[in-house]
Amino acid sequence: MTMKAPFFLPFLLHAATAAAAPSQNALRPAGIQAERIHDLWLLTVAICSLVFVAVLVALLLALWRSGRSDATTAPDVASLAAPEPKLKRSVLLAVGASIALLFVLIVADFQTDRLLGRMPLSDAVHIEVTAHQWWWEARYNDPEPGKIFNTANELHIPVGRPVIMTLKSSDVIHTFWLPNLHGKKDMIPGRTSLIRLRADQAGTYRGQCAEFCGLEHAMMAFLVTAEPNDRYEAWADAQRREASNVLSARESRGRQVFMERSCVMCHTVQGSGANAVFGPDLTHVASRQTLASGVLPNNRQQMAAWVTQPQKVKPGTNMPATALSGEELEALLDYLGTLK
Amino acid sequence: MKPAMHGPGRLDVSALPTFGFGHRSLMWWGTFGLMLIEGMIFALTIAAYFYLRSHSVTWPMNAAPPDLLWGTANTAVLLASMLPNHLAKQAAEKLDLKQVRLWMLACLLFSLVFLGIRVLEFASLNTRWDSQAYGSVVWMLMALHTTHLVTDAYDSAVLTVLMFTGPLEGRRYVDVSENAMYWYFVVLSWLPIYAVIYWAPRF
Amino acid sequence: MTTITTPTSTPAGQRDSARRLEETWRDPPGLYGWFAAINHKTIAVRFMLTTFGFFVAGGVLALIMRLQLARPENNLVGPDFYNQLFTMHGTTMMFLFAVPVMQAVGSYLVPLMLGARSLAFPRMNAFAYWIFLFGGLMLYAAFLLDIGPDAGWFAYVPLAGPDYSPGKRVDFWAQLITFTELSGLLEAVILITTIFKMRAPGMTLNRMPLYVWTMLVTSFMVLFAMPSVMLASTALITDRLVGTHFYNPAEGGDALLWQHLFWFFGHPEVYLIFIPPLGFMSSIIATFSRRPVYGYPAMVLAVIATAFLAFGLWVHHMYATNIPELGKSFFTASSAMIAIPTAIQIFCWIATLWTGRLNFKTPLLFALGFFFILTLGGLTGVILASVALDLQVHDTYFVVAHLHYVLIGGAVFPLFGAFYYWFPKFTGRLLGETLGKWNFWLFFIGFNVSFFPMHLLGLAGMPRRVWTYPAGMGWDQMNLAATVGGVMIAASVLLFIINVLKSRRHGVPAGPNPWGAGTLEWGTDSPPPAGNFVAPPVCGGRYPLWEPDGVPAHVTGLADDRREILVTTLMDAVPDLRPTMPSPSIWPFLSAIAVTILFIGSIFTPWAVVWGAVPVAIGLTLWFWPRKKETRRNVVSEVHP
Repeated sequence: MTMKAPFFLPFLLHAATAAAAPSQNALRPAGIQAERIHDLWLLTVAICSLVFVAVLVALLLALWRSGRSDATTAPDVASLAAPEPKLKRSVLLAVGASIALLFVLIVADFQTDRLLGRMPLSDAVHIEVTAHQWWWEARYNDPEPGKIFNTANELHIPVGRPVIMTLKSSDVIHTFWLPNLHGKKDMIPGRTSLIRLRADQAGTYRGQCAEFCGLEHAMMAFLVTAEPNDRYEAWADAQRREASNVLSARESRGRQVFMERSCVMCHTVQGSGANAVFGPDLTHVASRQTLASGVLPNNRQQMAAWVTQPQKVKPGTNMPATALSGEELEALLDYLGTLK
Repeated sequence: MKPAMHGPGRLDVSALPTFGFGHRSLMWWGTFGLMLIEGMIFALTIAAYFYLRSHSVTWPMNAAPPDLLWGTANTAVLLASMLPNHLAKQAAEKLDLKQVRLWMLACLLFSLVFLGIRVLEFASLNTRWDSQAYGSVVWMLMALHTTHLVTDAYDSAVLTVLMFTGPLEGRRYVDVSENAMYWYFVVLSWLPIYAVIYWAPRF
Repeated sequence: MTTITTPTSTPAGQRDSARRLEETWRDPPGLYGWFAAINHKTIAVRFMLTTFGFFVAGGVLALIMRLQLARPENNLVGPDFYNQLFTMHGTTMMFLFAVPVMQAVGSYLVPLMLGARSLAFPRMNAFAYWIFLFGGLMLYAAFLLDIGPDAGWFAYVPLAGPDYSPGKRVDFWAQLITFTELSGLLEAVILITTIFKMRAPGMTLNRMPLYVWTMLVTSFMVLFAMPSVMLASTALITDRLVGTHFYNPAEGGDALLWQHLFWFFGHPEVYLIFIPPLGFMSSIIATFSRRPVYGYPAMVLAVIATAFLAFGLWVHHMYATNIPELGKSFFTASSAMIAIPTAIQIFCWIATLWTGRLNFKTPLLFALGFFFILTLGGLTGVILASVALDLQVHDTYFVVAHLHYVLIGGAVFPLFGAFYYWFPKFTGRLLGETLGKWNFWLFFIGFNVSFFPMHLLGLAGMPRRVWTYPAGMGWDQMNLAATVGGVMIAASVLLFIINVLKSRRHGVPAGPNPWGAGTLEWGTDSPPPAGNFVAPPVCGGRYPLWEPDGVPAHVTGLADDRREILVTTLMDAVPDLRPTMPSPSIWPFLSAIAVTILFIGSIFTPWAVVWGAVPVAIGLTLWFWPRKKETRRNVVSEVHP
């Protein structure tokens, strides 16, 4: 891409066509709430551009038409004695126009705000999201206690159904931000807040913590997969299942490593007896696309790096390094691979 | 006294006084600025008090309201101290050194009394700064005001010593007058703080 | 255009008087004199140099951040150091550069523009400078020891609280706030008193230069805004050091209390930075279009309106928290409304340029840069005022772009213009024009290359305060451009430094009034004598040096063998008193050291507040205590009211 005048055009194109999936972009709304904000955005940018151009044109005209002088030119102090009605009229007109445009923007903003508050909520999916330094815990709530399940860092939601998220924090202030679907909401310790959104296009969207939350604020991302309702329900059913106990010898050996080393101190694997809650629930870790809160692609090699040298992958993370022999590591990776 | 224009191009100010009281003096404006700043701090701390209260189910948070005795007694002492303070100010504006000395001493006596009672007040708050947020904000208010009492008492003491030892010139009386204005501020700002600390938890 | 001639009877008498005045008002010689200096120009020059030093330091930190972010997944610095970098950058630029530099320039110019011999409370002015310097040095000492604060310049709790930021890092930050706010508050009191009571006879409020109006309004804003952050940071420090619970939700405290207190200061603070440059703009535009600024009353009222509105919009930093809807609507409206007074001023300046005759010197270029950059920043500000839009762009690079457009366009460009404009007054020599134009164009282009892409970066999803970002997000090229622009800005500032160093010795001699300007500071020598004016002027108009009767007379009858000044009345500036200002003293410096020991000591033990108070009390008492000789001399010439 070349940098020609006006120099920002390439950026505009680039921002609009960012190819890499998953998308994290307020300019590519994929749900009704983000759509409405985007509409307001277009109106606002149009009005602001108009004002900007008008001011610049007025300035350039002023520079072009006024005379030239130097330090010895006699100052013109006539205006101190006599009023300048022509200038007064122009300035008043410009101020009046600015006030009118500002009024339009304020009304449009109030209107958008009301629309955002009126999204229909029937048949909603309820998710409780708790932010931790530096990962996301999610609990899918259900009136039937047996259908409640936990996951971490990756959510699935059904296209076309409203989602009500209850947002909490376990430590410092974090902010939930999923730009393709909605604006942000702070997660404040000691308080609870709600965000209501709906995905109208299937796809995977990336979100990220937006409030500075300490050392690894930059590496606190999450993924949301919006998919047709039946596929969503299938995913949810799979997530509700406990981990399988049908394991090969090596996988059993891997589970033994998991239980005897530090893994079990922080993580849960439903059905295995591991049920600590300081780190993400790993019951279905193999079904996720990423590791370490959106930092690494989830494959065997990266998992090995993450388990043995977490500080290298994500400096400052609360995950401790685990020293394993080659045999132990391979077995553990085999076992983790079964957690689909 | 109006300065005289002497011929073209000259404004002779040599007849003007070299010092003046009240808002004529620079010192008055300096003191006024400090009072605005400190008044703002008090107001914000009171706002924080009610903000925390609005977010709490109970108030005071698992503590009894402060005992009224010493706080109320001190309010009376502080109000009474305005009298010698006023007389010191009047004497200063008449440049009456004898009376200034007398009433400044009386003020100092008062300051010893209210600082002593202030110690008892801290003991009767029924909460500690580290008990809960209620205790923190009450102690903050008390500590802020007590700092003003201490500094004002110290200022007055230094000024009183100066009035006895010299060297003296006319503008030292202006200092006495400004010191008295600041004393008013410290006393009057106590009234809302007293109401908040001692009475707000009872309603 | 006139320069004031001194109407003393004979040229010889005039010379004698000038010599005596110089001896009376200058700072004492030698090392002792250096620490005892209280002349407002001496202190102001030190103050400006110090703030500029911090500006350069903050800029270097920014450059390191930009180099780290030039590529995705870069490892030039790690997250721990990066977090210190952006915390230090924000803290430096806000607390050690932008607000104090405005007060520093003001403390040089205001007395000269008012026709006064000095600032009110010159010793307090020196004390405020030393406190500021020591606070800044403390912060940078901590940073160089790798214990610099790392919780952001906004230090949100609970991240900045005792549980999540153990150690001393945030304590240094909180105590820096105490240092700088103390200094800033004292400066505000000094400036208000000077402006109200020390104007030249005849300079009614209605004739006061627009720049002085902006400093007056700013100083009042300081009095109302800064106490809020002092209270907030004091509560933070007591939470951290003695176990109070202001911000601890587990014990009835509240995390949002911090945000309310911080932004009740933090938003007006933007206007503390932005309003004085409006005065620079008015000064520069008037002089270089050879006419008074159009709409004096509108300009004054607009500045006052800005100040009032500035206190009604702090919540727009908190839209993403759970604030009731109705409250948000109020803050949206008031945040958008503040655009109106700014628009009024922009239109008045354009009207002035439209009808003026223009002299395209470097100061005017910088002032014109303001129109482009600040207007864009103001419009993105209107965008941020909207709740819905803010929810998307809040805490992203869009805000980084916005705030730099506002603060660099609205404050730094006019500030550079002001340096080019008043440098001849400070030094007696003009800055080089050629280097000046290079300085301007590199800055202007580099700035836009660096910060314009950030708007799009924010919309494309890039949050602020991230030490790195993954590849493949579509952010790489815009980040690279931002870094290239950052390097251009650095080069431009380097040219400025070279220009200053060169011109200080070899620049074109300026004379009293090189630009043919109309306000009183140009009516005395460059650099001005220690007492500012040999014979202080009487003021007959808004642009006294331009108007036929602008300086109808000069003040006589003030003593020249002691620091006697003229005090005038508040509204109409009628001569009222002629008090004597204090002489140079080492005690402001020593008291500042004592206060510094108290503040820094309190980071390590709360008892420092008790034992540290003893030397402070001694210092302040000796500072105040009158000297026998001076008192005797004053008594002789005393005139009672």
